[in-house]
Amino acid sequence: MSAVQGWVDTFRAEAQRLPGAKLPWLAGARARAIERFAALGWPTNKLEKWRHTSLALLAQQEFAVPPVDRVDLAAGALAQLRQGAEAGHWLVFIDGQFAPGLSDIGTLPAGACVDSLAGALAQRPERLEAVYGDAEEGESPAALNLALAGDGAYIELARGVAIEAPIHLVFVGGVSKGTQLVRNFIVADDGAQVTVVEHYIGRDDATSFTNTVTRVRAGRDARVTHLKLQQESAQAFHLAALDAVQARGAYFASHSLAFGARLARNDISSRLEGEGGEALLNGLYHVDGKRHVDHYTRLDHNSPRCTSRELYRGILDGTGRGVFTGRIYVAPGAVKTDAEQRSDSLLLSAGAESDARPELEIYNDDVKCAHGSTVGQIDETGLFYLRSRGLDEQHARNLLVYAFAAEVLARIGERSLRSSAAAAIRARIPGGQLLEALA
Amino acid sequence: MSTSTEQLERFLKREYVAGFETPIEADTLPKGLSEDIIRAISAKKGEPDWLLEWRLQAYRQWLKMTPPTWAHIHHPPIDFQDIVYYAAPKKKADGPKSLDEVDPELLRTYEKLGVPLHERARLAGVAVDAVFDSVSVATTFKEQLAAHGIIFCSFSEAVREHPELVRQYLGTVVPPGDNFYAALNSAVFSDGSFVYVPKGVKCPMELSTYFRINARDTGQFERTLIIADEGAQVSYLEGCTAPMRDENQLHAAVVELVALEGAKIKYSTVQNWYPGDENGVGGIYNFVTKRGECRGARSHISWTQVETGSAITWKYPSVILRGDESIGEFYSVALTNHYQQADTGTKMIHMGRNTRSTIISKGISAGHGSNTYRGMVRVTPKAVGARNYTQCDSLLIGDKCAAHTFPVIEARHPSAHIEHEATTSRIGEDQLFYAMQRGLSAEDAVSMIVSGFCKEVFKELPMEFAVEAQNLLGVSLEGSVG
Amino acid sequence: MLKIKDLHVSVEGRKILDGLDLEVPSGEVHAIMGPNGSGKSTLAQVLAGREGFEVSGAVEWDGVDLLSLPAEERARRGLFLAFQYPVEIPGVSNAYFLRSAVNAVRRYRGEKELDAMDFLKRVKAEMQTVGMSEEFLYRSVNEGFSGGEKKRNEVLQMALLEPKLAILDETDSGLDIDALRIVADGVNRLRSPERSMIVITHYQRLLDYIVPDRVHVLSRGRIVRSGDRELALELEKRGYGWLEEERRKEPRGVGQR
Repeated sequence: MSAVQGWVDTFRAEAQRLPGAKLPWLAGARARAIERFAALGWPTNKLEKWRHTSLALLAQQEFAVPPVDRVDLAAGALAQLRQGAEAGHWLVFIDGQFAPGLSDIGTLPAGACVDSLAGALAQRPERLEAVYGDAEEGESPAALNLALAGDGAYIELARGVAIEAPIHLVFVGGVSKGTQLVRNFIVADDGAQVTVVEHYIGRDDATSFTNTVTRVRAGRDARVTHLKLQQESAQAFHLAALDAVQARGAYFASHSLAFGARLARNDISSRLEGEGGEALLNGLYHVDGKRHVDHYTRLDHNSPRCTSRELYRGILDGTGRGVFTGRIYVAPGAVKTDAEQRSDSLLLSAGAESDARPELEIYNDDVKCAHGSTVGQIDETGLFYLRSRGLDEQHARNLLVYAFAAEVLARIGERSLRSSAAAAIRARIPGGQLLEALA
Repeated sequence: MSTSTEQLERFLKREYVAGFETPIEADTLPKGLSEDIIRAISAKKGEPDWLLEWRLQAYRQWLKMTPPTWAHIHHPPIDFQDIVYYAAPKKKADGPKSLDEVDPELLRTYEKLGVPLHERARLAGVAVDAVFDSVSVATTFKEQLAAHGIIFCSFSEAVREHPELVRQYLGTVVPPGDNFYAALNSAVFSDGSFVYVPKGVKCPMELSTYFRINARDTGQFERTLIIADEGAQVSYLEGCTAPMRDENQLHAAVVELVALEGAKIKYSTVQNWYPGDENGVGGIYNFVTKRGECRGARSHISWTQVETGSAITWKYPSVILRGDESIGEFYSVALTNHYQQADTGTKMIHMGRNTRSTIISKGISAGHGSNTYRGMVRVTPKAVGARNYTQCDSLLIGDKCAAHTFPVIEARHPSAHIEHEATTSRIGEDQLFYAMQRGLSAEDAVSMIVSGFCKEVFKELPMEFAVEAQNLLGVSLEGSVG
Repeated sequence: MLKIKDLHVSVEGRKILDGLDLEVPSGEVHAIMGPNGSGKSTLAQVLAGREGFEVSGAVEWDGVDLLSLPAEERARRGLFLAFQYPVEIPGVSNAYFLRSAVNAVRRYRGEKELDAMDFLKRVKAEMQTVGMSEEFLYRSVNEGFSGGEKKRNEVLQMALLEPKLAILDETDSGLDIDALRIVADGVNRLRSPERSMIVITHYQRLLDYIVPDRVHVLSRGRIVRSGDRELALELEKRGYGWLEEERRKEPRGVGQR
C-alpha cells in the first residue's frame, strides 16, 4: 500500500508485532504518529517546505511490507563495498531488518554499544525512550517512520569513548514493491567520537520504498561524523530525515551523497544548542533520466559562538531535477554566530531542472552570515585551458564535472570514505572510469 | 558595544515630518465594501459600463480569496468592512480645470511636503500628478508633454479621454485575480496615474506622482498604468506620505508597466508612508502589487525603490522578461526601524532568449524592525541564454531587529547562468572605530557606512530624488554617492 | 613557420583584429607590443583555438590551416599558449592535469605514454629548474597559487609539452623582478632552432630578459610597425601615442613584413 489509508491499515495489523510493541511509551508514540500521518497525508507542493517536490506520485504506488527475505542476495554487493575498506564495524540490514549473519560488528572499546534497534529495544528500552523522538516532530513521512519502523541501528558511546574506524550501516533494500522503514540512533556522550556511514543499495530496477530516520545526539565536545551514500535503484523512492542536536562545543558533520533513486528527499537538520558548537553540512547529488533529488536542510543557531558551514553541489543531467533548500536560523541571543552556505548546480542538459532556496532567518545583529548560490554550466575558460594543453573536449568536460564534485568530497575528512565517495561519483558521471587515476 | 548601539539608535529616531493633517472637507462614501459601493465609486467617476463590469468581476473573485499568509509579517486581521473605500476633497462642479482652481488648502499641503504644484515654483524638469486620498487633484506640465504626444494624466481622466488605451492594457500585466490585494484594488481603485509614451519618443522630463493619504479610516487604492510604445523611454517617480494617526490604514495599489520593443521604463519609488510611532502604534499597511512586462524585444524595465515608511510593507516589483534580449532590474533599499516590518523583493521571470536581470537589495534593520528579502528568479524552459545576478545584503543595527533572506531560484534551461550572493552583517565596531579614530563623529561614521552600504541603489535614482532618499534614511551622504 | 594573412576577428559584432598580417619563421622569437585593448590577447587566444570569436582570414602553420583545427589538436601539434590569467581548476590535482596533458600530446605524436614513475621523474626535474616545490604537484591546478606561482606553472607546462610554437601572453604581468627573471630564464632555456616564440607584452621590460629577433607593434587590430629590438626601446621612450598618430595619418598601416 501507499495510499494513506493503506498505511493506517497496515499499522492496525502490524503494530502489535513490531519490536517494542509492549513498551507503553512507544506504543503510545506510534499510535499518535500514525494518526498524525493519517491527518497530514503525503506532502504536496502546496506546502512551502515541499514547493519543488510532491509525493503525490508516491500515493499512487503500491508497496507491501515484504516477507523477511533471508536469501542473501546482499552478500555480493556487500563484499564489493567492503573491498579495500577498513575492517571496522559492519552492520547489514536487509529490507530494513538486521541480518546478523552478514554483519561483523567487530571489536568495540568499553563503553560503546552497537546494536540493532530491535535488540536495543529489548535490552535497554529506557535509553531509547529518551531519544526515540516525538510523533509531532518532522514532516509526515517521519511520522510514518515513527509509527512503523521496527529496526535500524542503535549506537551509543559513553563519556569520552572514541571508536576509531567508521561504523558502516549497509541497507540492502528493494525487492520490487518492497519497503524498508529504518530508524537509527547515534548517541555520543560528552567527549565521545564516532563516524557512521549509511549505505543504501537498491537491487536491480526495483520500485521500492525506503523511509529512514537517523537521530543524532552529540554531547559536550563530542565529535560525530555522518556520511550517507544513497545508491538506490533508479526506480526507488527514498525518504530520509537526519536530525542532530549538538551540545556545547560539539562537532557534527553530515555528508549526504545522493546518487540514486527515482525520487529522493532528505530532510537534514542540526540544532546548535550549546556555545561553541560547530556544524558542517556537505552534500553532493547527481540526477539523470527522470530522477529527482531534494535536500531540505536547516541549521538552527540557538546558542552563541557557533560556527556552521554548508556546501551543496548538484550535477543535473537528462531531465533530472535537483532541489536544494538551506535555511540558516539565528536565534535572538545567539551572538557571534558565524554561518556560511554555498549551493551550486551544474546543468548538463536541456530538460534538467535546478531549484534552489538559500535562506537566512536572523534575529540578532552580532552575526556573520552569508550565502551564495549559482546555477551554471561547465566553465568555458577552464575547458579551453584543458584543451589548449591537448586534452580532448569530452575528456576535459568529464574532468571538469568531476572537479566540480571533488570540492565537496574534499571536505570528507576520512580518507577511505573520501575515496569510496569518489568512486561512487565516478561510476555516475560520463567517462568517469577514465578518471580513475585522479588523485 | 552598547555606546555605539545607543548612538545608532538615537540617530535613527528621526521625526516623521510629513505627519500633519490637512483640514479639508471630504466627500466620502460610507465604510464597507459591497457591489453597491463599487457601483457608487464607478458612478462618481462616470465610468463606462465595461469598467464597472471589470470591477465587479474582480470583486467577485476577491470574495473567494483569502489574505496571503506566507509573508514574514504579523498584523491583526484587517476588517475590510471597516474601511472607507472612497474619499475626495469636496470640489465645485467637475474638478479643477487648471491649477488656479485647485483648493489653496491642497496647494499648501503639497508645498509643505516639498512638492510645489505651481509651475512657477515647480521642481525643475519634473512633471507631477498629485493624488490626494482617492483622487488626482492636479497634474503639471500636461501641455508641454502633449506636444510630444505623451499622455500623462490621472487614471480617471485616461478612462474618459483615452478609453481604448486603458482597455487595451489594463489588467494585462497584473490580472484582476492575481492575488488578494490586487483583486481588491481592481474592484475599488479610485485614481492613480496614467502614462503613454508614443513610438520612438524619449520623454523629455521626469514624470512623477505624489500620493497623499489624508482622510481618516480611508484606504488608498490607486492604480498606475505606464505604457512605453516601441523605442520609447520614460523615467517615472512616485513619492508617498500620510498623517500620523494611531490606527493603521491600508494602501493597496497596483502598478502595471508595459514596455514594447526597444522601450525603456525606469520606475523609482521613494516610499515614506507614516511608519507608526516608536512603539509600533499606527502606520500604513502598504500591500502593493507592482509588475512590469518587457513585452517586446530589447525592452528594459528598471525598478528602484527606497522604502523607509509604512508599518508593514508587502511588495515585490517584478519583471516578466518576455521579449528577446530584454532586461529587468530591481534596486532596493528597505529600512525598518522601531516595529516596522518589510517583506519585499522581486520576481524576475525569464521567458525570451538572452534575457538579463539584476537584483540588488539592501535591507537595514534597526530597533525591533524586521526586514525580509523575498525573491524569485525563474528561467523557463525556452529562455535560452538567461543571465541573472542577485546580491542581497542585510545590515543589522541593534540586537532586537531581524533580517531574513528567502530567495527561490528555478532554472529550467541548461544555458541559464544564475548567481546569488547574500550577506548579513552589522555595522562593525572596527569600522566605527576606524572612522572615529580618523576624526569622524559617530553620526558621520554611521552615515558614511550606511550610505556606502546603499550606494549601489542610490546611484540608480534620478538625481533630484537621490538627495531626498538619503535624507529619508536620516543620513547625510555628501560626497559619498557617485 | 607561422603565416597570418588578413586576419579579422570580432566579438559580438565588435571588431578587434582588423586585417592583421604576421610571419614568424622557425626558431625566431618575435615580440608583439601594443597598448591595452589593441587586440594582443585576442590574437593569442584565436591562434590557440578559443571559441566564441568571429574569425576570417588565413593562418598557415607548419603546412596546415591552423584555423580549421580544434584547440586540443593545435596543442598536440605543438602550439602552446601561456595564459595571461592561468585558469584555476579546483578539485583536479596539478599532477593529474600535467600527466593527462603530456600523455595526450605523446599519444598524438605516436610516442609511448609516460607511466607514473617516469612522469614524476621528469616533472620533478623540470620543477626544480623553474623553482617550484614538489608540493605544487598535489595541489589543485593553479588554485590559491600566487601570480608568480601561476606563471611558473605555465613555464613548467611549456617545458613538459615541448611545443614548436609558444605564445606567451603577458607572461610578465603581475611579476616582481625576481619572479620575472626566473620565468624569463625558463623561457630562454627553451629557445631552440626548432621552436618559435611569440612574446606578447605591454612593457619593454620583459624584452630585457627575453631578447626578441623582431618587434611588432599592434594598434587597433593591425600591425602598424615592425622592427628590431631598437623599436621596443623607442616605444619605451616615446609611448604608443606617436604610432597611433601615424596610423591615423596613414590608415592602411605601415612597415608590415
